[in-house]
This record gives sequence, C-alpha cells and structure tokens, in this order.
Amino acid sequence: MNKNKEQLLNKRYKAEQRFRLYGLSAIFMALLFLTIFIFKIFSTGYSAFQKTWLIVPVTFDAELMMLDQNPSKEDLQDADYYDIALKSMADLDPKANEDQENELKRMVSYFFEKEIKNELLNDPNLIGKTKEVYLTASDDLDQVFKGNYPRDLPEDQRRVSDYQLKIFDQLVANGKVESKFNISFFTNADSREAELAGIASSFMGSIFSILVCLMIAFPVAVLAAIYLEEFAPKNRFTDFIEVNINNLAAVPSIVFGLLGLGVLLAIFQLPRSTPLVGGITLSLMTLPTIIIAARASLKAVPPSIREAALAMGASRMQTTMHHTVPLSMPGTLSGTIIGLAQALGETAPLILIGMVAFVNTIPGSPMDPAASLPVQIYIWAESAERGFVEKVSACIMVLLGFLIIMNLFAQIIRHKFEKKWS
Amino acid sequence: MIKIKAKDVDVFYGKKQALYNISLDIEENQVTALIGPSGCGKSTFLRCLNRMNDVIDICSVKGEILINDFNINDKSCDVVRLREKIGMVFQKPNPFPKTLYENVSYGPTIHGMAQSKQEMDEIVETSLKKAALWEEVKDRLHEPGTGLSGGQQQRLCIARAISVRPEVILMDEPCSALDPIATAQIEELIDELKKEHTIIIVTHSMAQAARVSQNTGFFHLGQLIEHGSTDKIFKNPDNKKTQDYITGRFG
Repeated sequence: MNKNKEQLLNKRYKAEQRFRLYGLSAIFMALLFLTIFIFKIFSTGYSAFQKTWLIVPVTFDAELMMLDQNPSKEDLQDADYYDIALKSMADLDPKANEDQENELKRMVSYFFEKEIKNELLNDPNLIGKTKEVYLTASDDLDQVFKGNYPRDLPEDQRRVSDYQLKIFDQLVANGKVESKFNISFFTNADSREAELAGIASSFMGSIFSILVCLMIAFPVAVLAAIYLEEFAPKNRFTDFIEVNINNLAAVPSIVFGLLGLGVLLAIFQLPRSTPLVGGITLSLMTLPTIIIAARASLKAVPPSIREAALAMGASRMQTTMHHTVPLSMPGTLSGTIIGLAQALGETAPLILIGMVAFVNTIPGSPMDPAASLPVQIYIWAESAERGFVEKVSACIMVLLGFLIIMNLFAQIIRHKFEKKWS
Repeated sequence: MIKIKAKDVDVFYGKKQALYNISLDIEENQVTALIGPSGCGKSTFLRCLNRMNDVIDICSVKGEILINDFNINDKSCDVVRLREKIGMVFQKPNPFPKTLYENVSYGPTIHGMAQSKQEMDEIVETSLKKAALWEEVKDRLHEPGTGLSGGQQQRLCIARAISVRPEVILMDEPCSALDPIATAQIEELIDELKKEHTIIIVTHSMAQAARVSQNTGFFHLGQLIEHGSTDKIFKNPDNKKTQDYITGRFG
C-alpha cells in the first residue's frame, strides 16, 4: 500500500517535470525563431542606414554653365550644370574614351547634377574654382562598398563593369569614397533608384492613415461598445449583433480592401491612393477590435460601482459617463492602440485601394497620394535592383520600431491609469 | 408612523418566483431587520424598495409598495427621485475609485444640492461626521476612498448614502465583510442614524438583528413567515419555523 503510494507520488512529480520541460522548450523555440528573424533583418538592413558618397573634384566653369559675369541668384538657378557635372565625372580618368565616360557618369546617381547645383547655390563664390563635392554613389557601387556585391561574377552578369570597378578601387585607395549616415532614407520619397529611395512618403502615408483610422474607428467603436454593454436590452437581436461583431473581427483584411475599392472609390469617388481612403478602409477593420476591447473593459468594471452610482440616484447615463466609462478607459485605449498597430501593419486592403502606386512626393495631407510602410516593403521587395534588398529590411526595422513604440504606449497606459478597486 | 407599506409583493426572476405575497409595514425612524436563511429573498425584497431590481433585465415586480402613501411601482414614479430619497448601503463596501471628498459629494452634485463650494464642503463634513468617519479622515479628504480599511470604506459608503439626506436607508448585510470591531462601530452608527432616517437592514446575524433593530421580519423560501417587534420575534415567536430558525435549528 505504502509502496504504491510512493510510486504514484513519484509518477506525479515526473509528470510535472516533463510538463515543465515541454513548456521551457516551447519558449526556447519561440525565442530562437524570434532571434533568427531579428538577426536576419538587422544583418541585412543595418547597412541601409549608411550611404556611400564619391568625393569628386568639380570645377565650376562659368563658360560651361553658360553664365555671364556677376550672375544673379536666378541665373544660378537656371544655369546649365549638366556639362560640368559630366565633365567632373569624365575627369576622373583623363584617358577615358566616350563609352568609358558614359560608364563614369553612371557611377553616381542621376541626382549628381542637382547635388553639384546645390553646392554652388550654397556658395556662389565657387564660380571659376574647383571644389571636392560629395556625390551619391550609384546603388551598385554602394553595394560594392558595403561588401554586398559579388565582384567575382563574370563581367557580363554584373551591372558594374570591370572599368567602373577599377576606377572605384582607385577612388577608395585615394580615400575619395566615404560612408555617412543615410539621412535621405528618412527624408526622400520613394524612387526607382535604390540609392535615392526613402521612406518619407510611406511614413507620412502610414501616419495619416492611422490618424484617419483613429478618428473614425475610436468614437464609433466606443459608442457602439457603450450602447451594447450598458444600454441595449439583452435579447436575440443584440446577441445577433454581438456574434456578427466577433465575425467581423475574423474577416480577412483583403475583403475590407474590396469594400473600400467598391464603395469608397467606385461609389463615393474618393481620391485613389490616398491615406483618407486607406484610413477609412482600415477603420472598418479596426472597428471590431476596438469594440471587443472596449466591451471587455466595460464588463471588467465591477457591477458594484454601477449599483453604487444608481443607488445614489444617478441616471443610467450619469452612471455610465461618470463611473463606468472612465474606469474602462485604460483598457479601451490600450485595445485601441493594439487595433491601430494591427492596422499599421496591414498591406492587402491598401494595395486594393491603390496605395501601392509609385509615389515620389511626400504627402502633406490625407488627401494626397501616398504609400504606407508595409506597402513600401512590398513594393521594394518586388524590385529587382540589389540596392533594394537592404532597404526592405531597413523599412521592416522602421515599421517594427513603430509597432514596438505603440505597444509600449499601450502597456504604459494600461499600467499607469488602471485604477485598483477593492 | 408607518413609512413604507408593502402590499402583496411578488417578484419573479424570469419564470422563477422569488417572493410570494409579501406584505409588510415599516415604521418610521426605527430599525427594521430582515432575517432568514440564504436565498430566502430578503435582499430581493430590500432591492424592491428602491427599485434596484430594475437593473436586472429578467426581474419583474408585482404588487404595491407605498412610501409616504405613494406607490413606487407606479409608472409615474421617477426612479432617480426615488433613489434620492431612499439611500442604500451594500454588502461589500463599494466606494467609487475616486477621492473621499468626491465619493461623498457625488450625490449632492448630481442632485444639485449645493450652490457653492462652501456648501458642498459643509455637506461632506456633516455627512462624514454623521458616519463617524470625520475624525479619521479629515486630513486626507483628497486621497482615494479605496485606500481606507474595510470598516472605514463601509462608513464612507454610509456617509455617501446620507449625504443626500434620504428618508430611508436600506442596508444589505452591511457588516458581513467586516471584523467585529468595525461591525460594532457600524451598529452604533445605525443606532444614531435612526433618529433621522428610517432604516431597513438585511442581516445574517441574528445577534445583530437583536442588537440593532426594533422590528424584525423573518423570511423563508420567498415568504414572509412572521414579522413584529424584535422582542417578540426573538422571545416568543408565533410560528414554529421562526422558533427553529431563531434557536439555530436550521439556516
């Protein structure tokens, strides 16, 4: 009898140990995947925050720029910079033939003319003088400099020619290639050229979409939740509504995209590709999430508080507005932020309403065309150039950073404003 | 003087009947205790008196309850005004998660009873004094009410209830969550309050009923078995069931 009991006890302990082991290994697996994921993104993406510059001596030859003596500011604006830009690049190799000169030109971005122009506009005294100017390296050379480019491929399979590599290596040896923090990644809109592409348009697009989404979804969802939880009679009809709100939360997001396309764009004729339409579409998606969170936090307010207020002679409305709703706010708000974070990462519905269009301007309002961060990731991931690979990861990092900040905010709200009641 | 007159009150939760034909008179400025085993309907009856049962969707109340000769189950009765006149203290202390001051001033605020901040301060002070809590909390009126001890919280709830000067105070087992010392304080308080208010108290403790009340009603299985003066109920009850319950043979 006693021995049996001991065996049973041992068995129970063993079972518990096994269970703990399973749990630990599950957590370990999850952490492992997460680490691999984050490591992969960071290792590919971190280099996108650096940008390679070629330092090229530019001679600001007034004649080549077709400038008269003592040019005014407007003259400088209208001057022709293409020739001096071309000449500066060609001068990197005095012995270059015409083809090679062309190749030299392609070592920098097509933006080089403008970069030279800005240099002169900043300092008009440079006319007639020579100055070393920082020019954005082409995305391929950028990748070469960062060591991401397979130099040992046969030449006809590379976008960088042997000649370009030779000149580039000379520049590197002379210290004329520099890597600096890539500000333009944050200030530029999208571009077909990887070295110039930035997230400003999609970042602003995301912010505008989220704001529109918040302004529509939050009041509607909170009012719906308050009505359903505090005022609506409990009958079949409200049960039906409740079930359908839960169903709505499970509808695939692309369906909301179709709705946006069919109703907002086709019927209401709202402007395509704008954060306004994106935000409205996302708000439909966020609505059920916020309603569910708000109802849960209203339910969590102890009934004794409602009874106390009612027994004091407060009307139902006063009870709700003075006591229940304020007490439920922390939960509602953190649910809202989590809903918004979901909306922020949503891609499919935005593609359908046209926010996938190539936008190379930074939107100033929700009515301007824009992309959004996840859609930007999608656009870049589809691009063939090598330079976009790191951009995809960098954009993911920005998006993840954004999401982490939002979730952190939700946690803070929940902890700081949650009132304890006995 | 009879303050409240219940006539043939039936209460249903859905199809289930919880109270059968309750008729009970409650004397003004006295303490009436409602006793009986758990689930006998005494709290349900108490909640009929300020129509708190309205909150429960499936609950329906039939019969007449006359307060000052006015039937509160009548359609013309405004529950907000009714509850202003009939305060309630619950089983578990349930102060609002706000400051002490806000807890007590809430009722007077929503009923517009104070014209100025000064008047409100006075109401808060007198209410807390009447609830025998003033001395303990006068220095921390702007701290959260949930930070008090259980007994203090319950007295805060009493202060909150009397802040609107109700004619009747309903107490639903106000001491069941409290220790004996806090219970004694509340009982003393009840004795004091009955000078100005009519008090109806539901209690599980027969000793408490005997100590604080002048009248007692005994409920069993949704029926009012017997009611009368506390002396008579405890010393010489007419009904065998009452006798058994009082002497502890069931319940």
